[in-house]
Amino acid sequence: MSRWLERFRPYLMVAPAIIVFVLFFIYPIGYMIYLSFHEWDFISPDKQFVGLDNFAGLSEHPEFLKSLENTFVFTFFSVGITTVLALLLALWINRPTRFYGFVQGAVFSPHIISLVSIAMLWMWLMDPQYGLLNWGLEMFGLPQSEWLASPETALYSIILVAIWKSIGFNTLIIIAGLQSIPPHLYEAAALDQSSRFTSFAKITFPMISPTLFFLIIMNLIGSFQVFETIDIMTQGGPLQSTNTLVYYIYEYGFRFFQLGYASSAGVILLIVLSILTVLYFFLMSRRVHYQ
Amino acid sequence: MAEIRFENVKKTYGEDTIIPDMNMTIKDGSFTVIVGPSGCGKSTTLRMIAGLETQTEGNIYIGDRLVNDVSPGKRNVSMVFQNYALYPTMSVKGNIEFGLKNRKVPKAERQKLIEEVAEIVGLTPYLNKKPQKLSGGQRQRVALARAMVKKPDVFILDEPLSNLDAKLRQQMRSELVQLHAKLGTTFVYVTHDQVEAMSMGDEIVLLDQGEIMQMAPPLDLYNYPANRFTAQFIGTPPMNLVSVDQLPSAGFSEKAVEQIGFRPEKAKLRHFPGNDQFSMPCTILNRETLGSEIIYQLDTFAGKLYAKTFNEPVVDDEQLVVSVNNEDIYYFKENGRCIAPYLNRETPIKVRSTV
Repeated sequence: MSRWLERFRPYLMVAPAIIVFVLFFIYPIGYMIYLSFHEWDFISPDKQFVGLDNFAGLSEHPEFLKSLENTFVFTFFSVGITTVLALLLALWINRPTRFYGFVQGAVFSPHIISLVSIAMLWMWLMDPQYGLLNWGLEMFGLPQSEWLASPETALYSIILVAIWKSIGFNTLIIIAGLQSIPPHLYEAAALDQSSRFTSFAKITFPMISPTLFFLIIMNLIGSFQVFETIDIMTQGGPLQSTNTLVYYIYEYGFRFFQLGYASSAGVILLIVLSILTVLYFFLMSRRVHYQ
Repeated sequence: MAEIRFENVKKTYGEDTIIPDMNMTIKDGSFTVIVGPSGCGKSTTLRMIAGLETQTEGNIYIGDRLVNDVSPGKRNVSMVFQNYALYPTMSVKGNIEFGLKNRKVPKAERQKLIEEVAEIVGLTPYLNKKPQKLSGGQRQRVALARAMVKKPDVFILDEPLSNLDAKLRQQMRSELVQLHAKLGTTFVYVTHDQVEAMSMGDEIVLLDQGEIMQMAPPLDLYNYPANRFTAQFIGTPPMNLVSVDQLPSAGFSEKAVEQIGFRPEKAKLRHFPGNDQFSMPCTILNRETLGSEIIYQLDTFAGKLYAKTFNEPVVDDEQLVVSVNNEDIYYFKENGRCIAPYLNRETPIKVRSTV
């Protein structure tokens, strides 16, 4: 008995974690892949095997292709702009005075507000008739925008909200990266007649590249899954202009009850995210500098 | 090549005065060691020469040039940092090359200079390695090469050996002295280790609380300390001090004398008092046998004293007499200034030029 226990103790110890992981991660993923080859309406007892029909349907569905395009546009601009702005902001406010300490805290605050509240808040601000943003534009004599109401600008309005929400967190992580650079390096560089730009390009940037790389990958994974802002602010509209992959999956799965079809879109998302994750671990081990 | 001159230099951080008023001239081509206890302002002094700190008041000259407003890169000064401060993302070659590139030295010339300097410090096989892959001693060499390649007027070293193990430190010590002899550049070297100061410098600046206690060649510092601080800082164990109050029979004519002092290595342990001016009974408290030398801790009526003997048999007896020759006794005034031997000095001690 005791020998039996001795042998299985390690397995018993990790069992709770494994059970949770299997039950809530592995099993749903497997079930999703299984469903993606079937047609099922959530209620009927039999699931009909349809092979790759769901995927074929996706590839021919303009709405799906539009949502895929929107997701890529959203990801490209929100991640790109967030990273660049966060880097500039971090370089600017990374100073040890009380004032800049306050600024660092202030920039971070959107991160701790619920995304739902942020979405509501920005809806008010972006209201074409009564919103503060248009009022401000008018004050300075600039042309007003339709914001969320026009298919031309709706996606970019959502991108703006996403940037506003994530920039503080990104800035803080970059500041942490900047502060981990030994100050002696800059003194040595000063004695080496290095200009500010050279010091940035040859010392600062290479030293924080692991941090930046981590942030970019995390932001990519996060923005491929954008959902709450879209659900609250536009529901994918107007004219599908803000429909993204996860919102598409949600609509087909839980509004139209085409579970098999929605699952096949889910598989596509899974593939994209898996590629990003593998890329992250692969590049992290090779390309980017770690001390 | 250049001398460095401090003129009424003052440095304060907020309320704290680190250096009240410093005047000194570091000789052209000298190996000057700035030494003192932690917090004495030695690193600040060094960083002011490099331009990494700006003095609050006063002038600093390198050569004939007033460098108060000259940026660190333009002072033609090279620095070796305590933790080397190598650029971790660059190869050894990149590290050495960085300063040259910033000065827009043409590529062919850079290549030649790097090869030359790598040869001198023995880094040629490692030029394409990253600093993380090197040992402590090799990193030290990279830091030296990076400093040397710029052919500076002044070489500044901030406790460069403190991260090395004892054996390597000894080796680097003599290598640095040889390097100085070869380059002939002014070296300014900061350390808290008096052994390093004595063994490497041909001029020592002893600092305490931002003030220069004494500036002299190593042996002068040892033989003719200007004050109590110098006498106690240089030499292990430190100089023994005995208050004259405890020596009523000595009968000092000069009232100003407060303490007398003698080096432990000049103390003789005997069974009977000799003809020396100074002798007092003692008992041995403790004995450290270090091989060629033995350090005794003695208990006397005037307090605990040290004695150091070389290549002599161990003294076992408990009851002894400690005595010192007249010419080995130093006299200290109330303000801590040392008198007799300093004034009686006949010929200046010759300065060691190279090892």
